Amino acid sequence: MRFGVVRFPGSCDDVDAFQAARRVGDAVILWHAERDLRAADVVVIPGGFSYGDHLRAGAIARFAPVMGEVIEFAHEGGLVLGICNGFQVLCEAGLLPGALLPNVSLRFVCRQVDLEVVNNQTPFTGACDPAETLSIPVKHTTGRYYAPPEELAELSAGGQVVLRYAQGHNPNGSLEDIAGVCNEPRNVFGLMPHPEHAVDPLTGSAGGLRIFESLRAHVDGRVAV
Amino acid sequence: MRARVLVRPKEGILDPQGQTVQRALKALGFAGVRDVHVGRLIELELDDSERLPEMCERLLANPLIEDWEIEDDHRVPDQGAERP
Repeated sequence: MRFGVVRFPGSCDDVDAFQAARRVGDAVILWHAERDLRAADVVVIPGGFSYGDHLRAGAIARFAPVMGEVIEFAHEGGLVLGICNGFQVLCEAGLLPGALLPNVSLRFVCRQVDLEVVNNQTPFTGACDPAETLSIPVKHTTGRYYAPPEELAELSAGGQVVLRYAQGHNPNGSLEDIAGVCNEPRNVFGLMPHPEHAVDPLTGSAGGLRIFESLRAHVDGRVAV
Repeated sequence: MRARVLVRPKEGILDPQGQTVQRALKALGFAGVRDVHVGRLIELELDDSERLPEMCERLLANPLIEDWEIEDDHRVPDQGAERP
């Protein structure tokens, strides 16, 4: 299987995402100005500061040439994973519900957090046990998840809340401790924590590898969702 | 022509920046400031403002979390002019 990792001017976690993906499959870098997903099975929008995060995080990147292809790919059921800035881009692009606001502390946070797998019936979490806890780092200034109250209720009821910060681990004031959400058909997923930085115990934890392993298993047809 | 767009956090959404400014004002001795919200001012120089609402909806604001308001050119003083 092949991962395509998008690189915008200002992306900075693209190489880690590329390396993490390579642990479970093939990976290629997709340049933002090109309209070619190079036959990727999964598109990863990585963390960083795409287009300088000017105006609002992700607001400019959503109009990049490659994003036209990503949006079409997502609408056709293609798998799209947005990490941190990638999550912000997917929300701005309307591929995911809600928005990311500045942290309540108004400060940059960088720490390891525990995440509760709320829904393991997605292509992104299928290899996780129900209610498994993943230890993955966060590092962001704009990570407070927000959706209007009625939409939040729908997301919870519909299984679209995929990851929550464990009790006491919410680093940014996200509503209902939401760390990651998917779209209704469950083929697009965004999260603020960085699974690509947590793929080897050598660097602190390997909880993030579960996300990449889930995708591999899903694409291989080993996990039916 | 010149136009201004005011973008502010939607009512009901926690605005920690506004709260911080409110606390700072109180600490400086300014009593009676009940609420503060911090938004963004965007000034544009453009041929006509017909498509400005569309610009606001698509890019300048995120309608899910922000309200926007267009101030027309009549209320914008020329550059260098004394502002009220």
